[in-house]
Amino acid sequence: MNKKKRFDWYGVIRVTASILISLVIAAIIIFAVADDPATALHKFLLGPFSTKRNFFNVIETMIPLVFCGLAINVMHKSGLFSMVADSSFYFAGVVAASLAIACPMPNIAHQLVILAAATAVGGVIGVIPVLIKKKTGANELVISLMMNYIFFNFGYWLIRNCFLDASNGSFSINFAPTASLGKLLKGTNTHFGLFIMAAAVIFMWILMDKSKFGRALQITGANENFARYAGIRIGGVVLGSQLIGGMLAGLGGGVEMIGMYKKFQWITAQTYVWDGILINLLAGTKPLMIPVSAFFISYIRIGALVMSRGGDVDSEIVSIIQGIMIMLIASERFLYRLKKNKEEKEALQNQAAEAVEA
Amino acid sequence: MAEEILRVEDLTKIYPGGVLANYNINFSVNQGEIHALVGENGAGKSTLMKMLFGIEEITSGKVFLHGKEVHFGSSKDAIAHGIGMVHQHMMLAPSLTVAENLVLGIEKKKGLFLDKKKAIEETEAISKKYNLHVDAGKRVRDISIGMKQKLEILKTMYRGARIIILDEPTAVLAPQETEELFEQLLNLKKEGYTILFISHKLHEVKYLCDRLTVLKDGRSIQTCEVADVTPEEISRLMVGRDVKLEYDKAKKEFGERILRVEHLNYTDKFGSRKVNDLSFSLREGEVLGIAGIEGNGQKEAVEILTGNRKAESGSVIYKGENLCEKSIAENRASGISHVPEDRHLDGSAPEMSVRDNLIAASLGRLSKKAILDTAAIEEYCASCVRDFKVKTASLDISIKSLSGGNIQKAIVAREFTAGADVIVLNQPTRGVDVGAMEFIHKKILEMREEKKSLILVSADLAELKALSDRIIVFHQGRIAGVLSDVPIVTEEELGLYMLGLKHDPEEILKEA
Repeated sequence: MNKKKRFDWYGVIRVTASILISLVIAAIIIFAVADDPATALHKFLLGPFSTKRNFFNVIETMIPLVFCGLAINVMHKSGLFSMVADSSFYFAGVVAASLAIACPMPNIAHQLVILAAATAVGGVIGVIPVLIKKKTGANELVISLMMNYIFFNFGYWLIRNCFLDASNGSFSINFAPTASLGKLLKGTNTHFGLFIMAAAVIFMWILMDKSKFGRALQITGANENFARYAGIRIGGVVLGSQLIGGMLAGLGGGVEMIGMYKKFQWITAQTYVWDGILINLLAGTKPLMIPVSAFFISYIRIGALVMSRGGDVDSEIVSIIQGIMIMLIASERFLYRLKKNKEEKEALQNQAAEAVEA
Repeated sequence: MAEEILRVEDLTKIYPGGVLANYNINFSVNQGEIHALVGENGAGKSTLMKMLFGIEEITSGKVFLHGKEVHFGSSKDAIAHGIGMVHQHMMLAPSLTVAENLVLGIEKKKGLFLDKKKAIEETEAISKKYNLHVDAGKRVRDISIGMKQKLEILKTMYRGARIIILDEPTAVLAPQETEELFEQLLNLKKEGYTILFISHKLHEVKYLCDRLTVLKDGRSIQTCEVADVTPEEISRLMVGRDVKLEYDKAKKEFGERILRVEHLNYTDKFGSRKVNDLSFSLREGEVLGIAGIEGNGQKEAVEILTGNRKAESGSVIYKGENLCEKSIAENRASGISHVPEDRHLDGSAPEMSVRDNLIAASLGRLSKKAILDTAAIEEYCASCVRDFKVKTASLDISIKSLSGGNIQKAIVAREFTAGADVIVLNQPTRGVDVGAMEFIHKKILEMREEKKSLILVSADLAELKALSDRIIVFHQGRIAGVLSDVPIVTEEELGLYMLGLKHDPEEILKEA
């Protein structure tokens, strides 16, 4: 018996190839549209390292991506395709902002209360689609996308109604100073939320890889009939996964709100679920890999921003890269031959081995 | 010497995930014959036909038509080469008429629209020509299954097929319809059509076919003249053993009635009463066999017992509690194990690893608080693989890449080691190779020695006879017979009960 875990080369090759192909296409576009393509490309690829500020921009941008990647990871493992993480994220931000403005408290206690409330709200919102689905049979994808509209508009309306800064007209008044997570490094926006993010990653790694719940969830997602037959309480497992996903997204919303901002500024919907799906895919749905893939996405975004500041290529090029990557990774047939050849060889070897034994 | 029309050389099919479905298959079909392809469920018959019809890609090997090698990229190519296929589950559009279905895809147009009159004329013409009667103007949803099948056959001929593949055509037909179909197939044979007939009903093969090829475990075992072999010989080739199974089974006294099924009722979603006021009991240490033609309530009854299905009324009393009111998890905890009928649908998560499939039913036992106990899991899985001879390269590979017999051994390992006192087995050896079958039988008898109580539902009467201490026969959701002296029971006698031709008096049934 072979005890060593087999390394999934196929997955790694596929993801790497997808990334390379999309970057090559990006480079082709840059060469086609830029007046000075060499400089533009240089800025795109190395821009994040050009200044300390740029580099820590990558870190800041990565934090909400990680939370949403983790949320999507646990929610989608159940086999439910809920996109409600955006609702959780946004509305938890609204709750965090409200508490930051309206409930002054001592330092540290204030942040803890805010984050706890954001997590709780996120969790409650997270389970709504699955409850509606259970009662009415409606599709969770549709429900959750509609909920994202509702919670964005409702949340922003609440802020405008209660805490609007009349002099500004669209943002809220300032948070209490005790509500800030505090900067990690002078001259950057990177905040202590980074540690909370790291804790969330470790929590998810233990939950998905080491815990009874995580295994039950994976079995349920892989074959619900089998899970039911094996005596796994499917209802509880699915509900739990949506609750945990919502809580992670909510915590992410709270961390982002009091880490990055001094007042509520989310006047447009914050859409992280699609990024979350991409990051989860890039990470091969492994929680420990999610920070890595979030860092990568964040890196190319900041790179594109640096490039667009200094030249004539729009930063929207990132969307093209992301689109191509999702498409390639999601297409089962991409590089399928590699896997197929290997599987066929193995099947024939097994066959030969069995024939010898017989 | 008949002219060879179709020849297959070393055909191999490996499905994604490394599942070897066909391995080096060789056989040939002669012009104008009815050639049977026989084999148990899972022997690879359907995969082979799908490759010949261009629906499944061929992994390796060659197909020759009229001596020339052909490659089919899709069923369109196969049709163009004169091959037609009638699927087991008919592929018709129910809301269209018979004529519209016949011409679907290659219809003659009148301007932008389908020329309905022409379609009906053509349908009637071809129907008459081949003596396959269909009502051209009727909608498909309103015609009988027998007529649908005729329509499917006409469809293949309308598209120019000279070789027609029929995938278990009689599975859905009543006996009279089957007879009619056979008559028509023999007619087509006279017209020079070649027919490939997939079946596992041996008397049909014997009656209808000229030659047959036996498939087993994805391999072609033998091709022979039907006239030269008896049904018993064919069956021996299919199963790979003599149909008789004999085990030395120690005689023993049985204990208490530990599980009682009382007045169970169940109606399925189509409103048909599957379990009808059913009562029986299971004694400690016995193997209770359940026989019956498929669809007579055996499946439903045992699924109620394990908690996988909810009864309408009635009860299953075990250790003073009614299992019907409990969840599957609670039933498992109180000592009920279950080897389900379908190993892919319910018995395993095919994409997951062998390890995850082994531990799925014992997650609670194999963890400390909420965290999985890795050491205990490795030890448990290693013992399952060792004691139940599960052939697998590692515990990490997905279970679907194992052979059917090894998947089944893994499932049996999981259920037999869960610490249960009552084990429900539904078709435990269906479609597995003979080695795995004998191994599972041995394990069943070991459990019996350990005073476990087993319920064995099987369509294989030889298996039931070899293993059971008692056999009850289901007919229309009720027990038709109780056979306590298994060694003297004949399969013919079981058959009479199964068909409802023989019925034990109520006093005996009460004792079941």
